[in-house]
Amino acid sequence: MSTTAAGLAPARYTWGGDEFLFVEISEAMSLAANFKVMSLARALADAALEGVVDICPANASLLVRFNPDLIRPEVLEERVRELEARLEGAGQARLETRIIEVPVWYQDPYTAEVAARFREGYHQEPEGSDLDYAAKVNGLADAAEFIRRHHEQPWIASMVGFVAGLPFLFQLVEQEKQLQVPKYLSPRTDTPELTLGHGGCFSCIYSVRGAGGYQMFGVVAAPIFDPSQRLEDFADFMVFFRPGDLVKFRPVEEAEYRRIKDEVAAGTFRYRQAPVTFDLDAALADPEGYNRKILEALNGH
Amino acid sequence: MGIEITSPGLSTTVQDRGRTGHYNVGIPQGGSMDQYSAELANMLVGNTGTEAVLECTYMGPAFAVDEPTTLAVTGAPVGVLVNGEERGQWRRLELAAGDSVSFGVIAGGTRFYVAVRGGIDVPEVLGSRSTYVIGAIGGFQGRALKAGDRLPVGRPAAALPSGDSIPEDLRPDFAREQRIRVLMGLYDHRLTEGGRANLLGEAWTLSPVADRMGLRYNGPGVAWKPREQPFGAGSDPSNIVDAGYAVGSIQIPGGTQPIVLHRDAVSGGGYAMVGTVISADMDLLARAAPGTVTHFDEVTMEQALAARAEAPARLEAARAALHG
Repeated sequence: MSTTAAGLAPARYTWGGDEFLFVEISEAMSLAANFKVMSLARALADAALEGVVDICPANASLLVRFNPDLIRPEVLEERVRELEARLEGAGQARLETRIIEVPVWYQDPYTAEVAARFREGYHQEPEGSDLDYAAKVNGLADAAEFIRRHHEQPWIASMVGFVAGLPFLFQLVEQEKQLQVPKYLSPRTDTPELTLGHGGCFSCIYSVRGAGGYQMFGVVAAPIFDPSQRLEDFADFMVFFRPGDLVKFRPVEEAEYRRIKDEVAAGTFRYRQAPVTFDLDAALADPEGYNRKILEALNGH
Repeated sequence: MGIEITSPGLSTTVQDRGRTGHYNVGIPQGGSMDQYSAELANMLVGNTGTEAVLECTYMGPAFAVDEPTTLAVTGAPVGVLVNGEERGQWRRLELAAGDSVSFGVIAGGTRFYVAVRGGIDVPEVLGSRSTYVIGAIGGFQGRALKAGDRLPVGRPAAALPSGDSIPEDLRPDFAREQRIRVLMGLYDHRLTEGGRANLLGEAWTLSPVADRMGLRYNGPGVAWKPREQPFGAGSDPSNIVDAGYAVGSIQIPGGTQPIVLHRDAVSGGGYAMVGTVISADMDLLARAAPGTVTHFDEVTMEQALAARAEAPARLEAARAALHG
């Protein structure tokens, strides 16, 4: 089955100046669109065209930086269109990837302290917490139910970027089950490092401290960006997440959070992870059933 | 040998030609904002061009050298003081061990560049010495300079040129009015006719919110076509499903202030871009001071490529002038 069977029209091609080609796979977010983006990005990387400088897969679009001194814009566009056409007939859409368990302390004091500084004029409901608000707008009973929905089903890193190593995460559930929460009314000037954030249908993990507009739900225990490359997970590269990574959040309480912090300090921490082959059709046909299968790979590890 | 920073200035960072290849994980290209000025500074002191320089913003640093040092200052117009005595920009200066360097108040523009013979010899990170402050990588300890920092200087890799100054006609302008060429595209179809006409026909003024990440302009604003937002795109018509941002692209959150992204830009986000400043005019943007009146002129891809092709000739002319 091709990716167009999931209802995607051919991509829209447009230029970001004389150095960027922008390929919009879909205006709307969906797993199928993201899968096509990643497939096209991989095909382009495999083609190893001279003059292609950066291949940046995003949620539902692909940005390609090129050097027009080495490849003419129209030649690049033609090549990418050929690769896109070839994807349509390529049969099963599969992704060789990995599933990673990410320990997170929901309702932690660090993000609560920062949230308290950005209420009036920043937040839709200055009186309550970000999680209370998220539960309410999703029609859920309380923060605890929202948290359960957040970590029960896994997510896919649909894009890495904004700042160094920040993953955008899209939950592997039907569209009507997606957790959607508006961003802050006005962006904060501060967000703690490793904050678990959420805006629109995307969760994210803030890789560095800084400005941010996503709602704040908790804090992740271990680093995801490590320029010193001290931990084993960073032996190859200072950025941990890659587009296509699958993420299972595991709620932890303060004691375990501290224990993980100690392991990080001692240099012994490793993310629990396992390789998986992700099959788009199977995931779309029965998301929760397929998720259980993926999680077995993690738990059997 | 080295440079000891006695006063850091407002924001002084180590920069070079930048790093590519890691934008897909959010690490920006970085590098000197005004590449042309930085290249000329390197050329004056006999560097090859890949060496790192100091990029100084508005208020320059003060520093001392502990060995004889060859130095040049280019970019935004500023007084260059050696032991308190004015020595001038766009020319090669020879310093003695113990000399101190400081700067006056800039008379235009935003950034000036200090090159030393041999370059600022900090370690390369992902193929570049450029400082990426948000990610705390590159440059000197991944940050802007502080008082007390000691910067190592590298070994010269090329001979000094015979000439010691850049002719006036090859120095860039730091005018209070700019014409910036733009290739429209990306999500420009989502602007109303009037919105498009405002962007391309009206004058915009650079606000004080301008840094290495981007430049924000005040002006008449633009209007977006109303529409039913696609799933995941956010509620405002200026929102899109988070996508990659082209360097130089123009986004207009809420339709009020256009933001042009520059070399340390975030690599993606949820605001619709409506066009992109052409590569040939990115240095020009970097020279704008707040208050600069700016006109965005639409060009075609062919015109953008023709403008790009002119840049090497200008550098070549400077090289020819220096090497006589």
